[in-house]
Amino acid sequence: MKFGIMVNEGPYTHEASDTAYHFTKAALEAGHEIFRVFFYHDGVNNATRYTVPPQDDRNIQVRWSELAEKHNLDLVVCIAAAQRRGILDENEAKRQGKDGDNIAPGFRISGLGQLIEAGIQCDRLVVFGD
Amino acid sequence: MAMLHTVNKSPFERNTLDSCMRHALPGSAILLIEDGVVAATKGTAVEGKVKEKMGDVSFFVLGPDLAARGLGEDKLIDGISVVDYNGFVELTTKYDNVQSWL
Repeated sequence: MKFGIMVNEGPYTHEASDTAYHFTKAALEAGHEIFRVFFYHDGVNNATRYTVPPQDDRNIQVRWSELAEKHNLDLVVCIAAAQRRGILDENEAKRQGKDGDNIAPGFRISGLGQLIEAGIQCDRLVVFGD
Repeated sequence: MAMLHTVNKSPFERNTLDSCMRHALPGSAILLIEDGVVAATKGTAVEGKVKEKMGDVSFFVLGPDLAARGLGEDKLIDGISVVDYNGFVELTTKYDNVQSWL
């Protein structure tokens, strides 16, 4: 089956990002397709590569990047939500006159159309949030 | 249409479980995850409501979230089934649609 995943909560907030990760991993292991993971609202905070959690804690951000690399996942960050929260890729940093970007490997910044497309294309859209 | 509903907050923090139970149609299922697992335990103020709804809706609870909160399966209301993340994925495929009560 084809799944779309939506993450509306930041890392280390409650548990939504963890649940979304474990669900995505289990779906992939069961042979399902993950069409896209869409990060919206505070969920965009999962996409900064500058997170440095304590060494004995899980690294939620790196975990997403690693899963994306292993399974060639499409991790999409909502651009409007990202701009509000200071999540920038190289192009956006240049466009906004900022001195650097912080987007993590495997993530890309795009628009809400990507969420709508996931809703249309996928058999199931599963939402995780606060 | 049989729908899978997920509830991720304790009924003592939010009213999402209550809203969910009022909307869930017979033949659908409710999966309790994250802090929502509290509602699956015996002896709480919502036990009666959950038991009443179990007549026409199936209840599931996410095992890893129960364990993370130190809630043993012996504390569960009879008739609630424990699933792991694979079971969660299976439930989403078994039902026609998924509604997350956030």
